[in-house]
Amino acid sequence: MRNRNLWYWLFLAPALTALAMVVLLPLAYGVYYSFTDWNGIKTPSFVGLEHYKALFYEEEFRNALWFTTKFTIVSVFLINFFGLSLALLVTQKFRTNNILRTIFFMPNLIGGLILGFIWQFIFTKVFASVGELIGVEALEGWLSTETTGFWAMAILMSWQMAGYIMVIYISFLEGVPQELLEAAEIDGANSFQRFYHVTFPLVMPAFTVSLFLTLSNSFKLYDQNLSLTGGGPYNSTQMVAMEIFKTAFVENAMAFAQAKAVIFFLIVAAISLTQVYINKKREVEM
Amino acid sequence: MKKKKQSRIILEILGIILALIWLSPFYLMIVNSFKTKREMFEDTLKLPNVFSFENYTVAFERLDFLKTLFNSVLITVLAVTVIIIFSSMAAYALSRRGGKTSGIIFMLFVAAMLIPFQSVMIPLVSIFGKLELLNRGGLIFMYLGFGASLSIFLYHGTLSGIPKSLDEAATIDGANRFQIFWHIIFPMLKPVSVTVAILNIIWIWNDYLLPSLVINQQGMETIPLKMFFFFGEYTKQWHLALAGLTIAIIPVIIIYFFLQKQIIKGVSEGSVK
Repeated sequence: MRNRNLWYWLFLAPALTALAMVVLLPLAYGVYYSFTDWNGIKTPSFVGLEHYKALFYEEEFRNALWFTTKFTIVSVFLINFFGLSLALLVTQKFRTNNILRTIFFMPNLIGGLILGFIWQFIFTKVFASVGELIGVEALEGWLSTETTGFWAMAILMSWQMAGYIMVIYISFLEGVPQELLEAAEIDGANSFQRFYHVTFPLVMPAFTVSLFLTLSNSFKLYDQNLSLTGGGPYNSTQMVAMEIFKTAFVENAMAFAQAKAVIFFLIVAAISLTQVYINKKREVEM
Repeated sequence: MKKKKQSRIILEILGIILALIWLSPFYLMIVNSFKTKREMFEDTLKLPNVFSFENYTVAFERLDFLKTLFNSVLITVLAVTVIIIFSSMAAYALSRRGGKTSGIIFMLFVAAMLIPFQSVMIPLVSIFGKLELLNRGGLIFMYLGFGASLSIFLYHGTLSGIPKSLDEAATIDGANRFQIFWHIIFPMLKPVSVTVAILNIIWIWNDYLLPSLVINQQGMETIPLKMFFFFGEYTKQWHLALAGLTIAIIPVIIIYFFLQKQIIKGVSEGSVK
């Protein structure tokens, strides 16, 4: 029996070891460290819930959490709105269909860090130029206030991710049977009714996938945040991922940062699971 | 019927306008990368007076571009190869033996996708630091750990559609598990392997945070890592920074130009499953 199973464990070993070493073990250690006074070097001693209590009173973490939540709500809405609109547009029978898809998808191939730098140029330099040209002062200093910094990030994320979400919606839109749409048309349904009553319920699974992706991507955002605003001015556009990084590696408060990281994990897991659960219930079977 | 055609033309024009808006950040980046510092100060919208490649020569040199590109290619190729080999093997074992153990292990891999990197980042660096694995080898191993989940999930879905009788027939012919997998099953998984490769390449090629924590030796930086340092040095010199950014994305654009169909298909299959 043992010998018959040998191949099984041999096949599994590399991937399973890597998962254990890279994800499971660090997660377990992380939870443990968050209850101690570990500083990365010395042997940790137990301090109980001290860090968890402290982090609720820490303004910087609370602000980052609130900013991240606001940002996630807005960007999930925008990305899905643009993603679905683009998908509906490029599934029409255009001659330029493929090239349009190629263009809308392109930003996703370039890393968030580099995209953030490109947009930093646009928001600081190009916006200032345009503002001067048309005499609108509001276009200057876009990355120097919290509100405009917020919208700068929302614009960057929508521009980047709409094409990705578009690809997901396209694959479901192309799966909608033409006969159903034609039958509805013969029955006198106008194009809005056809979309709302036929297409929409059938692309519902696409919402599950794209809401999941946009929610978790927006909530976990780091690279774009780092390169576009750097969290500034005065940490006002700093998101949770960046705040944790700073607490750990700039302020060197390892155990405290780890407590934040555990809370972050619980929030991300709760959001993702709830969202998938709700959407699954609403999907219709073909 | 005529009305329908008209509205289609209007929609197509709308699509083209949107595509131009989508491209405008790249246009602005490229146009300004050819200007002198002074020229850019005057106006960022107009075309440069002369297309000078001076910014590019400087950026190319400061980015140590050929070496940086090589580092990125090396890490991406090795990591993706390792992910493809070991994820497909693991998925094969899990789907062929089945049972309770396999179910639990499979769930473990899938559940790991919910864990944000930041929650494991600090202990990860500490553990790998103690093992003296904060180097390229360690980085590739980490990519296997983080990449295995989605890859195994994708392979598993396809493997359950390949009949077990195929394995049994091969066993009767005297093949062992390794031979069955490598000679019969793995070649049948080629379409999934392409999807797995595309998804992992996009992620690993562009990853900044993990290499920034793991690779701290000079001369081993990947493109995003080098770009971060480069940008820090030239914050006030946009003409050089933009030339650097353009150089950094050229390889991606060239590859996308040749493989766009496969890439878009791979992404759509990867996210829909």
